[in-house]
Amino acid sequence: MPDGGLFVLDVKDLKTVFLTRAGEVHAVNRVSFQVRPGELLGVVGESGSGKSVTMMSLIGLLPMPPAEVRGGRALFDGRDLLAMEPEELRQIRGARVGFIFQDPMTSLNPVFTVGFQLMEPLRTHMGMDKRAARRRAAELLELVGISDADRRLDDYPHQFSGGMRQRVMIAMALACDPEVLIADEPTTALDVTIQAQILELVKELRQKLGMAIIWITHDLGVIAGIADRVMVMYAGQVVEEAPVKGLFTNPQHPYTRALLQTVPSVRGKRAEHLRVIPGQPPVLGAEPRACPFAPRCDHALARCRRENPPRIPLGDGHDVACFWDPATGGERDV
Amino acid sequence: MLNYTIRRLLLAIPTLLFIALVIFLLLELAPGDPMANVPLTVPPEVKEKMRIALGLDQPTHIRFLKWLQQFFWVEPLHMIDALFGTQWGEGMQRIISWQSRSPVMDIIWQRMPQTLWVVGLSYVLGALIAVPVGVISAYRQYSFIDQLGTFISMIGFSVPTFFTGVLMIVIFSVWLGWFPSIYDTTLVVHDWETFVKQLKQMIMPVSVLALYNAAQISRFMRASMLDNLNQDYVRTARAKGLKEKTVVLVHVLRNSMIPVVTVIALGVPQVFGGAIITEQVFKVNGLGQLLITAIQANDLPMVQTLTFIFAILIVLFNLIADILYGVLDPRIRYD
Repeated sequence: MPDGGLFVLDVKDLKTVFLTRAGEVHAVNRVSFQVRPGELLGVVGESGSGKSVTMMSLIGLLPMPPAEVRGGRALFDGRDLLAMEPEELRQIRGARVGFIFQDPMTSLNPVFTVGFQLMEPLRTHMGMDKRAARRRAAELLELVGISDADRRLDDYPHQFSGGMRQRVMIAMALACDPEVLIADEPTTALDVTIQAQILELVKELRQKLGMAIIWITHDLGVIAGIADRVMVMYAGQVVEEAPVKGLFTNPQHPYTRALLQTVPSVRGKRAEHLRVIPGQPPVLGAEPRACPFAPRCDHALARCRRENPPRIPLGDGHDVACFWDPATGGERDV
Repeated sequence: MLNYTIRRLLLAIPTLLFIALVIFLLLELAPGDPMANVPLTVPPEVKEKMRIALGLDQPTHIRFLKWLQQFFWVEPLHMIDALFGTQWGEGMQRIISWQSRSPVMDIIWQRMPQTLWVVGLSYVLGALIAVPVGVISAYRQYSFIDQLGTFISMIGFSVPTFFTGVLMIVIFSVWLGWFPSIYDTTLVVHDWETFVKQLKQMIMPVSVLALYNAAQISRFMRASMLDNLNQDYVRTARAKGLKEKTVVLVHVLRNSMIPVVTVIALGVPQVFGGAIITEQVFKVNGLGQLLITAIQANDLPMVQTLTFIFAILIVLFNLIADILYGVLDPRIRYD
């Protein structure tokens, strides 16, 4: 655990831009958030809302160019990740910040054994020799629930099923006992039953190891089950952030509300039709000067088209970037 | 893997026999007379006797079977005799060149070293240049180095070797006088001076062919690297905090080499085939040149034997490429 600071990760005003042939794309705009030690922060949003790009910018995993981090700071253990040399950042990646990616079928290198790939971070960051690394790798496989671990180390990724590969990915991310684990849609590519197993595993590992987790997903159901706090992103900015309970019982932003209505409910009365949010999220050629959701919003006010709402604190760790107040149905008092 | 190899080798036998037949029939149907080069002053009845002496009076199928027997039985026996001093092949009729009246295989063995040295070396050199060039070009896509590499390989690709060869002769032999324009096969390397001389006469043909080979292989290498650099596993490797060198030269390169190694293996038979044109330009009397002169002289046994040897090599290296594929890519299993 990092000492001193209240937060293990403290990001402020992050801005990431992609330079494309058609011009700039402002993928992440002034994103701020904090993660406490041991906390699970869920990040929700549609495809293209900037969830993954935000996390990848922090740790230097975006190809630059075309990506460019234009501003902001990201304090990790008291030091700004965005100001670090690539070499310093590399030493943090995989050692103190672990990653799990979406598609376990393609995220492992097909020509190396699982053991080799698991041992790599151990040997790179912890300076272990081959035998120690192998022993630790077998422990890790056992930790993520793969039986006969020592023998499986010599298998290649294609000899594992999708769920098992994701377990291997998790073992790899946890190899060096990271303080933060960033999971980028780790269950999206898996069957529902396997999804549930992986979720259980992560919950269990979190209790055992106590690292903070940033869980990126577009699946609100997953978030409801595991997150402590949720951050909703739209068009590269944070539109609402709240403790998980507060978000589900009292969603404030029209986008969050609409998102919640798009999820079919198993319990309770079945809705006639699932709601659809009309339109597409915008591709931002410049920093938005109005609320980027306004064109799709049922409640958009005149002010929403003139001004991009700031994040308005509502108390209890809940904040929202919206001028419309669902309680009154009118404009918020700001 | 062993089972697979044996099965493939057995399957190769009917394939090769069929190829041999096709070559034989093609040569049979081709116009031309092996006696055409005999002076007109030689009377027809003498010519007829020469024909009979060459076995040309026999029907086609007999001559084909005879050739098969000579190639697969007599010649290997002679080879064993030459190697171990036995006398198993004593008195058996070997495949004889109509042109020089000496055994075809002996000539091939004489010509082989020149071809292997010049063409083989250029192939090895080409591959050794191509791999790093391809890797750097792909890693620094659209950079100056990549553009330069692309430009040079386009030249290597599109300008034929008979042009680059002659151009080099004009520049380095005629104008500058640095290297000899004719490859001297009789040169024996026994001291430093002859070594330098050999080196000098090899430089031009080797570099002309190496440019051509490197151009092709480096394009393959670049494309293969580019394919792999965008794969998810590369991001995983970076996320693990591996050094960039490890990411590219271990994770990406290992995957990219799979198709390239196959391409390189498939190209090896061409080395034995000799670079016909380049050998002609630089007067290297290797296998390519041997084939050309044999065709011009209607030396059917020579053409038949050489072509068939190339066919064997192609079939063999196809098999080797397949096996290498299985060795390099753990996902492929031939069971």
